[in-house]
Amino acid sequence: MNRIDLKFKELRAVGKKAFIAFITAGDPDLETTEALVLAFEKAGADIVELGVPFSDPQADGPTIQAASFRSIQKGTTLVKILKTVKKIRERSSIPIALMTYYNPVFHFGDRKFVEQAKAAGVDGVIIPDLPVEEASELCRYALAADLSTIFFLAPTTSDDRMKVAVNAATGFIYYVSVAGVTGSKAVVPSEIAIKIRTARRLSDKPICVGFGVSTPEQVHALAAIADGVIVGSAIVKEIEKHAGAKDLVDQVSAFVKKLSQAI
Amino acid sequence: MKLPDKLGHYGQFGGRFVPETLMNLLLDLEKEFAGVAKDAAFKKEFAFYLKEYAGRPTNLYLAERLSKQLKTLKVYLKREDLLHTGAHKVNNTLGQILVARRMGKKRIIAETGAGQHGVATATVCALFGLKCVVYMGAEDVKRQALNVVRMRLMGAEVIPVESGTKTLKDAMNEAIRDWVTNVKDTYYLIGTVAGPHPYPLMVREFQKVIGEEARKQILIKEKKLPDYVLACVGGGSNAMGIFHPFYNDKRVNLIGVEAAGHGLHTQAHSAALCKGQTGVLHGTKSNLLQDADGQVMNAHSIAAGLDYPGVGPEHAYYKESGRAEYVAITDDEAIAGLKMLAKVEGIIPALESSHAIAYLQKLARRVKGRKTVIVCLSGRGDKDMETIRDIL
Repeated sequence: MNRIDLKFKELRAVGKKAFIAFITAGDPDLETTEALVLAFEKAGADIVELGVPFSDPQADGPTIQAASFRSIQKGTTLVKILKTVKKIRERSSIPIALMTYYNPVFHFGDRKFVEQAKAAGVDGVIIPDLPVEEASELCRYALAADLSTIFFLAPTTSDDRMKVAVNAATGFIYYVSVAGVTGSKAVVPSEIAIKIRTARRLSDKPICVGFGVSTPEQVHALAAIADGVIVGSAIVKEIEKHAGAKDLVDQVSAFVKKLSQAI
Repeated sequence: MKLPDKLGHYGQFGGRFVPETLMNLLLDLEKEFAGVAKDAAFKKEFAFYLKEYAGRPTNLYLAERLSKQLKTLKVYLKREDLLHTGAHKVNNTLGQILVARRMGKKRIIAETGAGQHGVATATVCALFGLKCVVYMGAEDVKRQALNVVRMRLMGAEVIPVESGTKTLKDAMNEAIRDWVTNVKDTYYLIGTVAGPHPYPLMVREFQKVIGEEARKQILIKEKKLPDYVLACVGGGSNAMGIFHPFYNDKRVNLIGVEAAGHGLHTQAHSAALCKGQTGVLHGTKSNLLQDADGQVMNAHSIAAGLDYPGVGPEHAYYKESGRAEYVAITDDEAIAGLKMLAKVEGIIPALESSHAIAYLQKLARRVKGRKTVIVCLSGRGDKDMETIRDIL
């Protein structure tokens, strides 16, 4: 059991849901990323997703595209992000998942990526452009290293494919609330509830909802039907808003606190 | 061996690397395409439009003066430049629009670099009365202003893409984002043999008419197969279209000509096969220009249609297996090729096709005796006259 599994076990034992915060690593810089993760833990986040920036983020809306671009301009690389995770691990055991696209991982090497991520203290990996069918090699290494491979379900996923994705996922299942990119328009909880019920019949793995969630009210509503709620673009927008400010970390973690308290 | 396999792989290349939201749609499209590939009524309809609307078959023209000048080569030009809209792109857009109609899709989206695929898409959307949205990098909107006018005249909405490098790859990112968002009613009409399975297969099947015709025509004219087949390669659709029907003719040498831009020793080129490494972009695994961290690099070519950091996965497979050879021609060499063909034959090729023409001079020095070569003249140069005027 890695930190993600332990976290859901612990939350389930007391009937709680997970609040998951996403930020793009290296935006505005990796020192701030480190400070933000530590502050998010204090603000009540249960799991953190760190975005590894990619030049062509097809699944992302304008907010995360811009953050990825800024981060790459700053010289952020996968290796530097792993070093940052290592530093965070000296002071925190908050579960951390890396979210990226497949090319940076493939280029680094599936095996090397799994080994070095695990060694740095990463607990899971989320790759939106890597469906189960193309992930067998990465999954093999990840399974052996107890690194969670988090796969997606979408509103368009058929029941047949749902089985495949649910079986392959470890850690948790990421339910994409809307057909769209990150930061899309608001979600409709009633439609999501139906899909989650179908997935529940197949597995008791935790199911977390993300894409298009930006307010404490939405977090509250979705927590009622899922095991966890993920907020990304709204937090990245806060970082952008407070860029250059001395109290950036305080401001952003105050926002995260509001979200996590809504769970 | 029949390629691709069930999951769309050509050896280690190809596949489907897309967000989950698109997976079901791709599976539907795959099923639909497998159906039409066997459907006589579809084939008849496609053949009708290729002949009556696009102007097929295109001529295989013996370029006598050019051959005389090159001495060691007898050059035939496959005249795709004579097609309606001025390039081979319309073969594919006609095929895909018929598929989209059968799937009941009402809204068509496309990406475009030089604007040729955008024009070919706008054309078939006008022909069938479908809504058309074309994503085009803001840089390319400026560079190819006349093609923007053409698309708008035919009723297409052209959306300039301001993200990233503001060129073809960013237009493709934006088209994919639109598709993910409007997955139910929208059909993404990809212009080349790239993208997730089944696109590389489907585009090849719609473009292979080029090679099928050329093979028949050369057998009539020469009573034998050619020694060489040449085509330019950006994404690689005209090249795959002419190469594929010769795949099993092992004695026919296939040569793909990439864009060397300012030179392969610089970073300003588009030679994904000559200089790239295996990578994943826009839904497929293929050769890719990328940096040490796996970030996609900017491509460069004077020919906007070749200005792309990736290439179709089947070309990566042809290269790895040795079935085809890939070489590169610089911007300057391509311009010289364009001028040569204009002067010697009275044919002005597109800057893209000029890369293949330019390679003829190198090939002429390489061969012994007299060899027969077919060059795919994928498009005409009208669209490039502004660029050429600025250089002359």
